[in-house]
This record gives sequence, C-alpha cells and structure tokens, in this order.
Amino acid sequence: MTLDLPLIWAALIAVAVLLYVLLDGFDLGVGILFPFARSPKDRDAMMESIAPVWDGNETWLVLGGGGLFAAFPLAYAVLAPALYLPLILMLLALILRGVAFEFRLHGRKRGKAFWTAAFAGGSLVAALAQGLVLGGFIQGITVRDGRFAGQPFDWLTPYSLLVAAGLVAGYALLGGCWLVWKTKDELHGDARRWTRIAGAGTAVLLAAVSLATLTVHPRVAARWGFIDGQVSMDVLPFLPIPILGAAGLLIVVEGLRRREHGMPFAGAALIFLSGYLGLAVGFFPAIVPPDIDFRQAANADNALALMLVGVSLLLPLILGYTAWVYWLFRGKVGGDEGYH
Amino acid sequence: MDFDAVLLARLQFAFTIAFHIIFPSFTIGLASFLAVLEGLWLSTRRDVFRNLYLFWIKIFALSFGMGVVSGVVMSYELGTNWAEFSKTASPVIGPLLAFEVLTAFFLEASFLGVMLFGWRKVGPGLHFVATVLVAVGTLISAFWIISANSWMQHPTGFTILTDGSLRATDWMAVIFSPTFPTRFVHMTLAAYLTTALAVGGASAWLLLKQRAQPESRMALRMAIAMFAIVAPLQLVAGHDSGKLVLEHQPLKTAAIEAYWKSGPDQPQSLVGLPDREAGKTRFELAIPGIGNMIQGAPRDQALKGLDAWPREDWPVVGLVYWSFRAMVGLGLAMIGLGAWGVWLIARNRLDGSVWFMRAAVAMGPAGFVAVIAGWIVAEVGRQPWSIYGVLRTADSASPVGAGQVSASLLAFMIIYAIVFSAGAVYILRLIDKGPAPDPEPLPHGEGRAPGTALAAVPAEPEA
Repeated sequence: MTLDLPLIWAALIAVAVLLYVLLDGFDLGVGILFPFARSPKDRDAMMESIAPVWDGNETWLVLGGGGLFAAFPLAYAVLAPALYLPLILMLLALILRGVAFEFRLHGRKRGKAFWTAAFAGGSLVAALAQGLVLGGFIQGITVRDGRFAGQPFDWLTPYSLLVAAGLVAGYALLGGCWLVWKTKDELHGDARRWTRIAGAGTAVLLAAVSLATLTVHPRVAARWGFIDGQVSMDVLPFLPIPILGAAGLLIVVEGLRRREHGMPFAGAALIFLSGYLGLAVGFFPAIVPPDIDFRQAANADNALALMLVGVSLLLPLILGYTAWVYWLFRGKVGGDEGYH
Repeated sequence: MDFDAVLLARLQFAFTIAFHIIFPSFTIGLASFLAVLEGLWLSTRRDVFRNLYLFWIKIFALSFGMGVVSGVVMSYELGTNWAEFSKTASPVIGPLLAFEVLTAFFLEASFLGVMLFGWRKVGPGLHFVATVLVAVGTLISAFWIISANSWMQHPTGFTILTDGSLRATDWMAVIFSPTFPTRFVHMTLAAYLTTALAVGGASAWLLLKQRAQPESRMALRMAIAMFAIVAPLQLVAGHDSGKLVLEHQPLKTAAIEAYWKSGPDQPQSLVGLPDREAGKTRFELAIPGIGNMIQGAPRDQALKGLDAWPREDWPVVGLVYWSFRAMVGLGLAMIGLGAWGVWLIARNRLDGSVWFMRAAVAMGPAGFVAVIAGWIVAEVGRQPWSIYGVLRTADSASPVGAGQVSASLLAFMIIYAIVFSAGAVYILRLIDKGPAPDPEPLPHGEGRAPGTALAAVPAEPEA
C-alpha cells in the first residue's frame, strides 16, 4: 500500500489551520471585545480566561507557517511574498498583543493603559490582517514560473476588506462565546450581549461574503454549481455545508436563549467549520488559487514521509496535553471566589 | 529582485533574528535554572529557593513572551523575504523545522501555562514536571534550529537533481551534519553562560544595595559556580567549533583571522582594521609564528588565505574579524570573572568584595553581546552564501520590491524598539526590586491581580 502523502499532508495542514482559527480566534476575539469591558476588573478577568492558553493557541499559527514551509514549499514561497504586507502587519500586531499579556501587569498607570490598548488594537489588527490574507488568497494569486508575479497591493480589494470585516465579527463571536462560557456575573451578562451582536454581524457578513464570492469569483461559483446564472445539480452534495452553518447559528441563538454557558461556543465553532468547508469546496485541490494545486506544491516524498512518521507519533501527544491543559484550567474565572 | 531589496531583506532578517536570539539565549538557561531552583525547593524546603524561583519566574515570563512573539516572525519571514531559499532548502531542512514546532514549541507553550498559572491546580510534583518540560522544550528547540543552521553552514546528506532541486539522501547526515554536535554544545553552553552572568549581575546589584540579602547571596554563589565551570568549557567548545570551521569553511577562518594570503606559518592577528579593498589589515598588532598553532595545525601546513577565493566570494571581513574578537574577548573576561569569584568564595571574602560585585554587574549583559557577536561570525562569515556552496544569498530572496521590504523593516524597528525598551524597563525594575524575602501570606481572594503569574502561588509546597 502506498500512502498518498501530499493528500495526507494537505489534510493535516488544513486541520492545523482550522484549529488555529478556532483556538487563536477566541483569544483574538477576547482582545477585540476588550474595549467594551465595563471595568479594569472585568478586563483582568477576560485576560485571565485566556492567559494560560494563548501561547499554545498561537503555536498552531507557527505550525501553519512552518508546516507549509516543510510540506508545501512552493505554496509557502508564492503565498508569503504575494501577501507580504498583510502578513507583516499580522506579525507586528501579534507582537504587540502577545507581549501585552505580561507587560500589562508590569506597566504603571500610563504603561498599563498603553498595553491595554495595545492588546485590544493588536488583536483587532491581527484579525483584520488575517482576513486580508484570506481574502487575497481566495481571490487568487498571479504566478509565473513558480514565483509570485503580481503587484504588492493585489490583495487589497473591496472583496478582501469584506472578508476581513467578516473575520473580525467571527472572532468577536468566538471570543464572546468563550467569555459566556468562562465568566460570570456582570461580565457574563455583557458577554451574552456581545455574543448576540457579534453573532448577528457574523451571520450578515458571512452571507455577504458568500454572495460576493459567488458573484465576484465565477471560478468559485462554478465549483458550487452556479454557472452563468444557472444552478446545476452539482450544488446538491455541498448543501450540507450552509446547513451546518445555519445549524451553528441556531445553536448560538438557542444556547443564549436557554442561558446555556458552553453551548454557544459549540455553535460558533460549527459556523466556522461551515465557512471553512465552504471555502475549501471553492478551491480544492488548489493550494495557491487558481493555478497551483497541492500536488504540484508538495515537498519531496521522502521529506513528507519522514515528517509523517514524526507527526503520527507527536500530534496525538500534542492534542493530548493541550486538552489536558484546557481541562486543568476549566471552570469560571474572575468574580469573588478568589484565585482557585 | 534588485540588489537594494536583497540588501534590505538581509538587514531585516539580521535585525529581527538578532533581536529574537537575545531571548532564547536567556530563557534556555533560565528555564533550566528555574527547574534546579524548584527541585532544590521541593527537596530541601528552604524558603530561599522558593523566593528565588518566584523572583526569576517573573523575569522568565517577560522574556519568554518576547521570545515567542519575535519567534513567530521568523517562521513567516523565511517566506516573505526568502522565498527562493525556502523552495530550495525545504526538501532537506523542512522536516527539521517542522520537528522543532512539533517537539518543542507546543511543549513549551502548553506547559508554560501550567508553570505560570497552575500553582493551585496541580500538585508541587506535577508543577515541577511542568517546569522541567519547559526547560527540556527550550533545549529541543535549540537542537533543531542549530541542526538546520549547521546544515546551511556545511550541507551534507543530500543530492542535487538534474532540475536543480535538492533531495535528502541520508537524514542522519542532514540532521547530524559534521559541525552540528559541536555547535549545539557551543550554543547551549552560551545560553547557560548568558543566564549565569545575568543572574550573577542582578544578584550582585542587589547585594551592592543591601548586603546580607540571603536570596541574592545564594543566587550569586550559584551563578559564580555556573560560569566558573561553563566559561572554561565554552573555551574548549569554541575552539573545537573553530577547528571545524577551518576544516569545512576555511574561507570563514580566513576572514575571522584576516589571513589575506595563503601559506604556512600564519601570524595570529590580535587587533587591527581589516581593509577588504586593499586586501590587508591596517594598524595591525599580530604575533608572528603562532597562527597555525592556535588553529591546531602544524606550523608548516599551508592555511588558505582570502586570496584562495575570488573576491566576490569574500564575506565582509572586518565585521567577521571584529565580532569574533568581541566574542572571544568577552569569553576570556568571563573566565577571569569566574576564577576571581571562586577565589573569593574559597577565601570566604565574597560578601565584602564591592569590586567583584561591580565587575559582576558590568558583566551581566556580556553573554548577550557575546551570543550576538558569535552569530554574526557564523552568519556573516557564511556570506555570500545562504546554503554554503549551494545557494547564494542573492539568489535566495523573494520577488518583492525594495519598497515593501524597507517599509516593513522600518515598522519592525519601531515596534521592536517599543517592545524592547518596555521589556527592558520592566525586567530591570523587577531586578531592582529583588526577590521578596518573605512572600506575604495570601489571604483568600486578595493580594495579587488575577491572571498574574503569581496569582495562586502557595506559601508552602503542599506535600
């Protein structure tokens, strides 16, 4: 039996990116919601809810970058220069918000205010930049002779700005749901309200992005079975994807209505899963849309095979201790019950 | 990509990676130091070790955070600025970098959370395990990154296919390329040395302010023991590393020592101003007749000088030459400081020696400078190649224009300046405050802000 190594690696990278989006998504979302907190005490509690896990969450981003370098070097070498400015913007924003976790505790009055703003602003800008990267990616990259051959601002279009706004709303939804789950009292009440607003925003923007994608990018529309304004039966196998998203939204709404604490987060995760699968349908098997597919971009088989041995031993271990850390820090934070 | 953009990309990479290496150099050693402190606390139950642990973990958390975020940059910068390098190198060293993420980064990041915030959630034994795992993670990370870099210095275990792409043929030869074991030891010792000097400098600073402070007395003694042992070992490891450079990268040796002409019986240049254009060293102070001996080569063996290579293959000789001298000079000063400290301890005169304390404070940052200088020797000395003998730096860059690279370089400089100055101020403030002699008893639900590293530290280790 021979393994289809490029396909396995495409699946692994896709899972890593999805885990990144879900995990760092909620802690970036908490940062986006930071300015709306009523009091410094609430902000401390928001920070406390993510402080033990944010570093692990961000490591999935390093796995995304490092994994692309190692598994699909051609994709890495084309995408990074094509999305140069939003990627650098994302990195700079992640730096500011990342150091803010510690710096906020050490700054005095003005310093603390500065790092509080840096955490909120950095989270927002990182989310926007990731949205621009995503938008630029969906739109397609100009490639010649295996190199990026477009212009520095190709990624900047009304479409990519719409995607960026959608991602910010989505991260705010994840962050809000996380806070509903992890906080209590007044902050919990605020989080429910933020979740409602972010959920509505996400629903509207996700619908808008979907429509825009189908109208602006005929290539993607054709995949979904929309050709020249006609709907073909090809759309049928993909129908579960929007249904999944609608179900996710329903779970968020129902969870909030029933005053469930963990349920909205599960719903938000389903919405993201639906959006993610929906995108994948639009361009699979391309890894640099529209021209480079994942097989062309794949690394040498012996490199992929070696890494697969490593990943099959290490990934279960990583998922295991990551889950253990989340379990360890389970339960509500803040309030008056002391520090556990 | 035009020449300016390549130069700017090199500047950007040099700037971001030099900034980054400061933090791993410190946290690799500090993580091990914390593991030792916690182990000593658990086994002896002496408060002094707990107080030192709680003091240094705060500085560790700050430094580690800066290391993490500046490290994320590196994993994308290879693509944004060095796309052609990435494409070429990935079939061979891609797995090494992937293994670094899988074996080290997740381990460090996950157990750091437990280490900082898990005090009351796990028992002391498990907390100690978390500290040890973070320390092990930092060393594993160094293993893979030095392995990848050593392959770039002297690539082995691969072949070049007809289309010009590289394929690994022997993974063990890729991972354990000839210069790797020695360079890994050299870097690990450098990290331990850097930390020992920083801990020693901070403790000496506190003792100059307040003489009898028991925590700082203990930490200073531990630091002296560490650098008194490690600094001489580092001389040996560095010398071994130098011999490997002579064997595998003789051009780098020629630049380090400013050998302009090939021949036997090279002189040992001590100081001078290498002039690359003129092909000679101005205002040179050199000892004739001992160059070969220092390189561990017989006196009558011809050592290659820069004239053995075309001039366009020469690195920037002056920078390599002077960085090497800065590194070695500081290393010798570290050995001296270690010997002085041991002598004072042996004669029981350490506590009263104000001059030693001042010297230890002055040498506190020496490790950082030496590490950066050493990396300049390694990296600038490899130029004009990114993979020695295989891929030129000029052919490694991404197809991006000078405008983007310079704008991002400027942005990195501004953001890093803010982050670095704030981080340095916070760390120096913590050092100036010193370890809390007796951590205040923690009333339930009061005292420290939630989310802080110390939010839930028990006053006593629970059995």
